[in-house]
Amino acid sequence: MAYRANILINGDAPGAEAVYGAFLDELQELALCDEVQVLMTSGLGGRGVEAIVYPDSVRYVNLTPEDVARITEEHLLKGRPVLNLTQAAPEVAPLPPPAPKEVRVVLRNVGKINPFDIEDYIAEDGYAALARVLTTMTPEQVLDEMKKSGLRGRGGAGFPTYLKWTFARNRPNHPKYLVCNGDEGDPGAFMNRSVLEGDPHSVIEGMAIAAYVIGAEQGYFYVRAEYPIAIRTLRVALEQAREYGFLGENIFGSGFNFDLEVRMGAGAFVCGEETALMRSVEGQRGMPTTRPPFPAVSGLWKQPTNINNVETYANVPQILLKGGEWFASMGTEKSKGTKTFAIAGKVKHTGLIEVPLGVTIREIVYDIGGGILNDKKFKAVQTGGPMGGCIPEKHLDMPVDYESLASVGSIMGSGGFVIMDEETCMVDIARFFLDFVQDESCGKCVPCRVGTRRMLEILNNICEGRGQPGDIELLEQMGKSIVRGSLCGLGQGAPNPVLSTIEHFRHEYEAHIYEKKCPAKVCRALIEYKVDPDLCIGCTRCARNCPVDAIAGKPKEKHVIDPTICIRCGICKQVCPVAAIDVY
Amino acid sequence: MPESTNVEHIMEKYGGDREALVEILRDVSHAAGYVSPEALATIAQRLGLPQSQVYSVASFYSLISLEPPGKHVIRFCQDAPCHVAGGREIWETLERELGIPFGATTPDGAWTLLTTSCIGACSVGPVMMVDDEIYGNLTPARVREILAQVGGGV
Repeated sequence: MAYRANILINGDAPGAEAVYGAFLDELQELALCDEVQVLMTSGLGGRGVEAIVYPDSVRYVNLTPEDVARITEEHLLKGRPVLNLTQAAPEVAPLPPPAPKEVRVVLRNVGKINPFDIEDYIAEDGYAALARVLTTMTPEQVLDEMKKSGLRGRGGAGFPTYLKWTFARNRPNHPKYLVCNGDEGDPGAFMNRSVLEGDPHSVIEGMAIAAYVIGAEQGYFYVRAEYPIAIRTLRVALEQAREYGFLGENIFGSGFNFDLEVRMGAGAFVCGEETALMRSVEGQRGMPTTRPPFPAVSGLWKQPTNINNVETYANVPQILLKGGEWFASMGTEKSKGTKTFAIAGKVKHTGLIEVPLGVTIREIVYDIGGGILNDKKFKAVQTGGPMGGCIPEKHLDMPVDYESLASVGSIMGSGGFVIMDEETCMVDIARFFLDFVQDESCGKCVPCRVGTRRMLEILNNICEGRGQPGDIELLEQMGKSIVRGSLCGLGQGAPNPVLSTIEHFRHEYEAHIYEKKCPAKVCRALIEYKVDPDLCIGCTRCARNCPVDAIAGKPKEKHVIDPTICIRCGICKQVCPVAAIDVY
Repeated sequence: MPESTNVEHIMEKYGGDREALVEILRDVSHAAGYVSPEALATIAQRLGLPQSQVYSVASFYSLISLEPPGKHVIRFCQDAPCHVAGGREIWETLERELGIPFGATTPDGAWTLLTTSCIGACSVGPVMMVDDEIYGNLTPARVREILAQVGGGV
């Protein structure tokens, strides 16, 4: 049935369910249910609950259930968009029109089509690539096109996709398996979730093409259990693809059979590592195994297996529709095509973007991200998730591609982009990331299990004012040993945040150890809150709000903070009406 | 016993498939709040696996719990974007308000305080999940409000 209007709500925002429910109620009330359709989809913008009304393309932001009645009555019944709800974000400037720097290949349909209706995808040339491949191309021709495209693994390591497929194709033993890595565990990265929730068929189609090339008949989606909406969307999409004959037996009458199953993770970061992931699919502890043998030789149940990331597969249909050369026309010499990034941290516009590889960090932070929050100073960007590195300001004009990121001690990873301002302490951040990998280490190999623990202890000492001369050198030495000696990518990358911050921000480490000062005023043991007696008006507000009674002073008298009692919670600074309290 | 019916029901859904062990354990943990020793024994027996192997898988994954949880479960996001956005104050507020460290349950059984890895709501960080509801843009004051609101009935 055709609707005269569609409302798309970003289902991932807190409170989206309530707004969705309110729309349904209001439409019921006004008897518009048969004319207007409300859909839950994945969001991109990150300004609270958003609703886009098509065909008018009006985008409402920061919605609450109370706003819904007005929108329904004014816009949907009377045809007058409620303009003051479209840009209702007072603290953040409205988004500029889509920056020309963004090019959407992977995200082209996200937020635009109804992910629960396969016909929406078909209308956007969906499954045309699969039809062309199965009816007119040999696997070798597909490989040739993939080679021309220059597509490299979007899970982070950047291995050429056509080469991976060739390895699996050349193995003589059957059955072969195909796996999609949707265990997107990197903090701050949610591009895979967005694709799975917003355009699941593009991934399914890419997988079917890959399966045809390598000769697999069974595939697995491994998706983390923290993504329930993605899993639900995927299950519906698989059902519809089977119904339309894009999965199952004798697809497009070509004699090619392929089907897919969804497997859910259960909360283990290391399962994003391919060998650990395959153990988890088999129902075991998700612990990595040594490579070689690589999955192409001995993967799931020791059979030849091809494993790619969600974003890698999502690129495939477009490459085969528009040609490898089209894809290779974007990007740099060695890093072709576009890449999605999840922008988070101290930047004005957080959210997902997709850009041709080779744009500079500055373009991402300032032109697309809108600059640093509160116009503070850019300090560093941490790319590639917890195993990535921190890149300082002097590299702002560096192009973002696999090689350039590696040359400054970071990685592409899945595309996390956490931006830090002058108020971020780099030692604290390094400690934070190390704490994360230490926690997620599966414990199988000694360098990762014991090494990260010892490094964390040293960092804790430094942040708590017990750093000693020689600590920096010891961290560097241990870090290098862990990189060399660990079994899988988690251990090999674990010291990266520490090593890269030592490389680029050594002076901050030195200030912590030798001067017992935290230059960014973050590390509790190294800072002190003081009342400026010239400014204090004796209002007693700080003393009344102090949770540990560390502030002495009578009304109308100057107040004093006792540093031996103070827990550096910062509440006094927040409540002081005359800004008399500061950190030293 | 309602719990055993639950386990039976979940086992049936996966058709006694050993490869589905991770999913069976996660579903049982989600439905009953945790995997009890009895449930663990039933699963092992039905799949024809040693209990030690089932335990080793159950103890590996953070979404499979082997301890009974409190009435409400808070999962606070411990990842970088939330940390950069002021997560530490929230973390401390939660510990202070509930009087327990992360990983523990309050003595009255009302609250369990856990951390979670990224739930993908980074653009509204810091973020926590209380039971199945996500709360974003947290401040210490907002946390106190939410605790009072959710815990009001306890």
